[in-house]
Parts: sequence; structure tokens; C-alpha cells
Amino acid sequence: MACNSSTCNSSGCYKEYEEEEQHKSKTRAEVKGSNIRQNLCVKCKSSEPVCCGIGGEDSRFCKDCFKNNLYGKFKQAVTYNAMITPPDKVLVAFSGGPSSRVLLQFVHEMQYRAQKNYDASKDKSLPVFGVGVAFIDESSTNSFASQQIEKAIEDIRSIVSNLAPPSKELFVVPIESIFSSDGIDCKERLKKLLDALGDVTGKEDLLIHLRMLSLQKIASENGYTRVVLGSCTSRIACHVISATVKGQGYSLSADIQFVDSRWEIPVVLPLRDCPAQELNTLCSLDGLKIVETPNGPFSGINGLVSSFVKVLQEENLSRECTIVRTAGKLTPFHFNRIPEIQDSNVPSATRRHHRRHGLKSNGSLSSESFCAICNSPLKKSNSSSSLTNESPQPSNRFVAACSSCQFQILPKDPSLMEQFLPLLPHPMITRAKHGDRGNVSSLREQIQDFLLSDGDDEI
Amino acid sequence: MEADAKPMKLGGRLCCVCNQRRAALKRPKTLEQICRECFYAVFEEEIHQVILENKLFKPGERIAIGASGGKDSTVLAYVLSELNRRHNYGLDLFLLSVDEGITGYRDDSLETVKRNELQYGLPLKIVSYKDLYGWTMDEIVKMIGLKNNCTFCGVFRRQALDRGAALLKVDKVATGHNADDIAETVLLNILRGDIARLSRCTSIITGEDGPIPRCKPFKYTYEKEIFMITLGCQSLNELSTYAYFKKLDYFSTECIYSPNAYRGFAREFIKDLERIRPRAILDIIKSGEDFRIATSTKMPEQGTCERCGYISSQKWCKACVLLEGLNRGLPKLGIGRNQGLNSDAKKDIKKDDRTKSIESKQCGSLEF
Ligand SMILES: [Zn+2]
Ligand SMILES: [Zn+2]
Ligand SMILES: [Zn+2]
Ligand SMILES: [Zn+2]
Ligand SMILES: [Zn+2]
Repeated sequence: MACNSSTCNSSGCYKEYEEEEQHKSKTRAEVKGSNIRQNLCVKCKSSEPVCCGIGGEDSRFCKDCFKNNLYGKFKQAVTYNAMITPPDKVLVAFSGGPSSRVLLQFVHEMQYRAQKNYDASKDKSLPVFGVGVAFIDESSTNSFASQQIEKAIEDIRSIVSNLAPPSKELFVVPIESIFSSDGIDCKERLKKLLDALGDVTGKEDLLIHLRMLSLQKIASENGYTRVVLGSCTSRIACHVISATVKGQGYSLSADIQFVDSRWEIPVVLPLRDCPAQELNTLCSLDGLKIVETPNGPFSGINGLVSSFVKVLQEENLSRECTIVRTAGKLTPFHFNRIPEIQDSNVPSATRRHHRRHGLKSNGSLSSESFCAICNSPLKKSNSSSSLTNESPQPSNRFVAACSSCQFQILPKDPSLMEQFLPLLPHPMITRAKHGDRGNVSSLREQIQDFLLSDGDDEI
Repeated sequence: MEADAKPMKLGGRLCCVCNQRRAALKRPKTLEQICRECFYAVFEEEIHQVILENKLFKPGERIAIGASGGKDSTVLAYVLSELNRRHNYGLDLFLLSVDEGITGYRDDSLETVKRNELQYGLPLKIVSYKDLYGWTMDEIVKMIGLKNNCTFCGVFRRQALDRGAALLKVDKVATGHNADDIAETVLLNILRGDIARLSRCTSIITGEDGPIPRCKPFKYTYEKEIFMITLGCQSLNELSTYAYFKKLDYFSTECIYSPNAYRGFAREFIKDLERIRPRAILDIIKSGEDFRIATSTKMPEQGTCERCGYISSQKWCKACVLLEGLNRGLPKLGIGRNQGLNSDAKKDIKKDDRTKSIESKQCGSLEF
């Protein structure tokens, strides 16, 4: 089923998916109307469908077809965006929730198949990618009982160790260890930092940024080449709305792509096209264990957004997909692709695809600058109309930050600002210092972008 | 909302602007404590600045104010005539109203508009659907029945103001869209996946390439503040209570008979946001302005309708197709996919479908 030709960059092969796609659309067309009454799986037309409620489609799959369909979406995202290639070592961000549980399972299955292919192949030319798992323990930021968090960590250990070989390294890291290089009381420092924030939403968002920094730190220190997140369609739909509400329209398109290489270790989102509902269904169908972790429901702006999206989704089952699709039409940034693609490793189809979809740098030589706090690209001449009554924040003079972070995270008072800045973790301080130039996008990459565009007339 | 918007008792605090008078209310937009006099001054001055910075008007222009009789357009008529006088804009202002011909629906509001005509001394023109299309909305409904997704409301209303404006020979139409409306539209366009409208809906001037551009002087003005103005201002006090509470504005192209459920959710969501973070409304508008949208998706190519001359991307504009259907006794014509009349349109739709299916396919499946 997998081919070892040069066009194949991981365990599977594109052909397989193309056929599957064609088959799917054919069956779908034939089936419209007639077969639904017969109560058979719309794809294989032999087994009984399970009630899985795929958003917006009247199709009903049997257990196997449902699973294959979901895995197919994952795998397609991985292969066409060159998210995972044989020499990679990927770090799966695991929260214990349904999305990241499915993610772990899928990455594991992909690795397992790659291993089987490797064992069967004669020349052993394609190595099997490595997998690690990271759990960020945020119990110090909430009032979750220590027994509960211990139980959760124990469950996570057993989930990871019970996966079939190749074995996976597990990192359980408290979020405050982002400060560990500073040789101070990390817990105390985190508490001080969070206490300095008055805005509930700002606090929540800062924690999300710290979580990303923690993942980056683990990945970087342990030689990982990708950070894989389990962000599903529903989660991304919420992000689209909340970024809009926070005035982050410019940077939004950076956050919702399959690939985000503005970080030291590129971040990938292979479950972007999988709605939460389907992931939940798979967990219960396959008996995948969910771990209760102390990530309470959101409050403030984020809370309003998630209940708004929930209501919309109840009114129309494809709403979340539509929201993500709308945002997907926004122009991505030059870093929304795997950097420095080695031509020999990537099928030409993928390269063409990248070019056609504008994943190549838009305005080749870019000198994006980034928000020190949330790392979102800043709009040049951030002079929004004076009519919005946004007098330039005094904090502006200290830190290059997006208007959202300036409002909900940074203190307004310059003297408070001076106390606040040193509390930030090291990577944010560095970004604040070099705020005017993206430290990730090296000159080399920029030049490569420029050269790539020469090939455009091939199409 | 009414309760929130009423001027509150704020103890003995002084106004943060003049530092002399007692603060009488808290500005919804900024939560500043401010006296009544300064509130009016700030309110009007902000709109004046919007008009200047965005060059909304030129001296000598004829401007129609889309007057629905609702609070937004009533306050707009008041503010524009005031600013025009105070700052010598040199504009000829008109009130333009549309009567859809729905029994009982506009009676009250048309009365309000007629009062505005007298109060501000602005000439009023009322154009009716009967005049514009030969059909009243009541007659149309009788013909098509109360269907769930009626296309008529949106299409006819979108054109009515423009056609009325053409009759008045004005250079521009000013509408009472406020910041809340625009924020709502941004969200709705995200919810329904309309990237072309998403890129346009925050523009303060639209249709500059068309026959009659439109502008929104209230783009940054909060609905609550407009409401407060109507409460306190003598000349506005006669505004009928009916018009206060009902959204009567022409720019809403929603079906009168079967409104979208999610529009209601979006309105409520914005009110909730405003309660915990007033600037969220401006932030949504800022996002709408900043979205990275490729220029190619921005505007479908516009031509003019062969029949009525209205801007249209197809041979006949949508209203003419619908009208033809009505007149031939085939009201379903032009609704949905079977645009029997528009052979060119048909081609366009096919092309549209193809691009759509390309987009909805998983990336990469095109390669084979
Ligand atoms: Zn099946
Ligand atoms: Zn930021
Ligand atoms: Zn005052
Ligand atoms: Zn209607
Ligand atoms: Zn026409």
C-alpha cells in the first residue's frame, strides 16, 4: 500500500488517496437520496453506519470507513504540507483531551506503518521518523488538587507506554520551567507575572503563549524538528472569532495554516480539517482514553467566543467548517510553510501546490516584525485611524507589541511597565529587544524565497 | 440595552473633558465620565473628524441621507445638517426614503421622516417599490408565498436606495450604519464565508466605481451613543418610540419575513462583548480593515445591466431577472441555480461552481 518511490515522503503514497477521494465522491453522488434509506454505510455500502454526525454532510459511515476518512484527512494534511518527513523527529503536544488523544494515535499509526515499511524494505534508505510526547503541567496556575494532577500524569504515562513500538519519549514539564534557565524560583516568578495582569482574557492568552514557549523549549533542547498540535476545526474556528474580536485581523492568517514556521521549531496542525465532534466520536468508538486535566472552561472574551461558536454550531452543523474556510481564504505569510524545502525530498507536486496556493512568500523579501508577547506579525505602520481613539500607548516605547497584547497584557503605566518586562520569560524579552526584525526569518530563507519565484513560469 | 444606556448617576464626579461641570454619563465607547454638554460636543466633533480624515464629502456635492426613520438615520440627518452649517461643508442635503409597500411596516417611520423634513429643512424624496419595480412587497409576497429563503428582500432593497438616489441626481448616499452594524457585518461575513464582502464591508466609502458611491459617517460611532443622543436632544425627542427599538434601516438586506437565526446570535454576541470590553466593537472593525485579502478576490468584475443600467456582473442584474420572473408569472426564475434567462449568467455560475469545488477539495487533490 505504500510505495518507496521518490515521490513518497512518508509511509503512505499519494495515489492511494487520490483513488480514495475519487471513490468517495463517486459514491457520494450515487448515494444521494437513495441509499440513505437502506441504512448502509455510504462508502462501503456493506456495514451498518454508526451515528457519527459528520458536520454538514448527510453521509453516514460505518466504523471503519469513518475512521479511515478521519485518518485520511490527517494524512493528507501531513503529506501535502510536508509536515513530517522521514528524517524528522516530531514532538506531539498532548493535553489529554480528545483532539490531542486522536492526534497521538494517528501520529503513532503513521510511525508504526513507516516502521513496517522500513523493516520490509531492502535498502533501508528511508529512516522512520521519531515521535516524542509532551505534556505541559499547568497545575501551578490553577487550583486543581495535586492528587488529581498526579492521577492525570499517571494516566498519560500509561497511555504513552502502552502504544506499540517504536517507543516514544514522554516529557512532563511544568509550565513554570520556562523560567528555569534564569536560576530562580520559577513558581514564584510565574505567579508574579500572572498577578501583574488585570485582564482575565489577557491572563488566559498569556498562558497560551507560555505553553507554546514551553513546547518550543522541550523540542529545541531535545533535538525535535517539529511540534505537532492537535488544534481541530472547532478550536480553530474559535480562534478565528476571538482573534477578530481582539483586533488581530492582520495576523490571523498566520495562526490557522497547516504549517507555522515563525517559531524556532516549526509548528504543524494536521487536524485542522477535523471537527471536534468527529474526534470525540472516534475516541468513543475506539475506546481512546481521555485524561481529565485542569484546563477549566474559558472566561472573559474567550469564554464568550466559545459559547457563541457553540450556539452557531448547534444551529448549523457546518458552521465551524465555514468559519475556518473563510479564514483559510486570507493570505498566509511567508513562514506558513516548512522552511528550506530540500528539492530532492519533496515531490514536485507539493512544490507546485505550495506555489499555487501562495504558500510561498507573498512579496518575496519580507521583513516581518513580530509582537514580543504573542509572536504575531505586526502590521507595518500600525497607525490605525486616530478615530478609534487609540492614543499611542506609552508601553509602545519599550516593546514592539500588537494592539491586543498592549491592551490586555502589558501595563499602561510606564513605571509598571519597567517592573513588568523583567518578569517575562527569556524568549519574550529577546523578542522585545529585537522587536523590529524577525529573528526567525534569516536572510538565507529570504533569498531562497526570491529564487523560488523564478520557477513560477513552469505552471 | 436601554437600561445600560441611560445616563447614570455618578455621584459628584467632574466631567473628564471640561473638569468643570458634573459628569452626567459614562461614555459607552470609552467609559469616560463626561457631562452632557461635552458629550454632545465630543460626539459631533468625532464625526466631523471622520468626515474630514476620510474626505467623505466635497464642497458643492448633492448628498442623499438614506432616511429610514430609525434612530441611526434620524441622528445622521440631524448631525449632518448641523455640521454642514457649522463647518460650511457646502453640501446640498436631501432625505431619501424607500417605501417597500408592506402594510403597516413603514407607516410610523415614514411619519418620522416627514417630521425630520420639517425640523431640519431638508427636502424629502420617498420612492416606492411600486414606482421602482412596479410591484409592492405585499404583492410580491402574495405571488411567491412566504418562503423560507426569499431572495427578493435583499436584492430589491440593495438597489432601491441607488435607484432613488439616481432619481434625485445626488453625488453620494450617506447611510446610518454605525460601528455595531459594521462589526456585526464583519462577523456575519466570516460566518457565511463571504470573503468578497468581508473585504469591502469595513470601507467607509463603497461603490466608488459605481454610479452612486455610499458612505458611512457613523462607522466609528457606537449604537449606544446614538441612542443617548436621541434621549437627550430636544429636536430628536419626538422620534417615535417605535423607531427607537426596531431596526428599520434600509441597508439591512435581510428578509423581513424570515430573518437569519445567526444574525440574532451575532447581535447578542456583540452586546455581550461590549459589556465586558467596550473596545471590542472597534477591534472587530480594525480586524475587518486589516484582514489580508488578495486583491484579486476583492471585487468581481462589474459591468452594467443591459436592461436597467444598474451595476451587474452579469448580462441582467439580479433585480431584473427577478422582476422578469414576477412579470411572467414565474416567480422562481432567478432564485437558486436555474437562472433560465441569463445565458451569460449561467456560464458565470458554472465557473463559480468550478472554483468553489476546487477550493472545497482538500489541498493537493488537484495535482492528479
Ligand atoms: Zn463503510
Ligand atoms: Zn501580541
Ligand atoms: Zn464637560
Ligand atoms: Zn424576504
Ligand atoms: Zn437590471
